[in-house]
Amino acid sequence: MVGREVSESCVDSMIIEMVSSYCDRFYSAKPELAARRIEAIGYQVGLQLSERYTMERPRFSDHLEAIKFICKDFWSELFKKQIDNLKTNHRGTFVLQDNRFRWLTRMSIDPSETNGNTSDDPSVATTESKSAQSASMHLYFPCGIIRGALTNLGIPCAVSADMSNLPACELVNILQMIVDLFTQSIYHLIVNRIEVVC
Amino acid sequence: MAPLAPRSGDAVFANVERVNAELFTLTYGAIVRQLLTDLEEVEEVNKQLDQMGYNIGIRLIDEFLAKSNVSRCVDFKETADVIAKVGLKMFLGVTASVTNWDVDGTSCSLVLEDNPLVDFVELPDTCQGLYYCNILSGVIRGALEMVSMKTEVTWVRDMLRGDDAYELRLKLLKQVPEEYPYKDDE
Repeated sequence: MVGREVSESCVDSMIIEMVSSYCDRFYSAKPELAARRIEAIGYQVGLQLSERYTMERPRFSDHLEAIKFICKDFWSELFKKQIDNLKTNHRGTFVLQDNRFRWLTRMSIDPSETNGNTSDDPSVATTESKSAQSASMHLYFPCGIIRGALTNLGIPCAVSADMSNLPACELVNILQMIVDLFTQSIYHLIVNRIEVVC
Repeated sequence: MAPLAPRSGDAVFANVERVNAELFTLTYGAIVRQLLTDLEEVEEVNKQLDQMGYNIGIRLIDEFLAKSNVSRCVDFKETADVIAKVGLKMFLGVTASVTNWDVDGTSCSLVLEDNPLVDFVELPDTCQGLYYCNILSGVIRGALEMVSMKTEVTWVRDMLRGDDAYELRLKLLKQVPEEYPYKDDE
C-alpha cells in the first residue's frame, strides 16, 4: 500500500486531544453534546473515507455486502486488521467485534475503579469509572466513522459501541459495535436491538 | 556504555508505527470543520487549534526524545535543525528547511514545501483569517516548552491563503532553567 504516511502517534494524539477538548473544555458540563460532536466528527471522516475507498468499485448489491466491506477492506485500511467477528439477527442489526481495537489498546482502563463512588450528589454518574467514561467518549468517534461510511453507501443506520475487558487477559479489549440499519420502522428496530453489555 | 548516537529523521520514521495519512488529514479536516461550526469565530478556532496543538506537543516531546536519541541541543540553531529534520520527519513524514536567521540567532523560519495536514484542503471564502494549520504551531511551542524554551511560533506564509509555501516563524523568547521541586536548604 503506497501512499503518504504519518506516524500513528500523530493520529492517536489528535484524536485523544479532540475528545479531551470537547469533553473537558467545550462541553464540560454537557457530555451528551460533547458526544454528539465527537460522533459528528467521526461521521464526516467515515463519509469521506468511504467515498475514497469505493471510488473504483461498483455499488454493493445489498446491505450485507456493504457491511462486509466495512468489516474487511475498510477496517483494514483504518486499523490494519479486519473485524474479528460479525453477527446479525437478520432483521437489520449487526454486531461487529474487534478483539484488539487499536485505539483502545492505547488507553488503560483500571478494572478496580468500576464500582460507584460515595458522592452525595445524585447527579454524579456513579456506575462508570472516569477512565471508562473517557474510553466510551472516545468510542463515539469510530461509531461516527462507521455511520458515515455506511450512510455514504446508501445505508442509513445507528451505531453504538460497547467495550469489555476479558478477565483472563487484561490487554484484550473487545469493541463491539452494534449497527442498526434503518428500515421502515426505525423505532421498532431499536426496540429489537441486541444489547451487548460488559 | 557509550550514549546512543542520534538517529536521522528517516531512520526514526522507518521505525515508528505508521498509518495511512488520509485518516490523519481527514480527521484534522473534520475537527476544523466542527470547530468552525461550534465556535463560529475564526479567531476562536485559531486559538483552540493552537491550544490543542500545545496539549499534544507537551506529550509528543517524550516520544520524540525517547525515539530519536537526540542529546541536549547546544543552541537554538541546533534546536531548529532538529525540529526541521528529525521532529517533523518522525511524526509527519516530511522535513522543513531552516532559513532567515536573525543576527542574535534567536529567531528563524521553518519552511515546509509539503504538509500532510492540508492534502485536498481548500478554504472557502467564509474562512478568511483562519490559520488552518495552527495546531502545528501549538505542537512546536508545547514541545519546546517542555525542554525549557519559551517560544513564539507564528505562521508567516500559508499556501491555503495563497502563498507559495508554509512558513513558520520560530522565535526564542526565554530559556527557562529547569526548576526542581526541592529547596536547597532542606
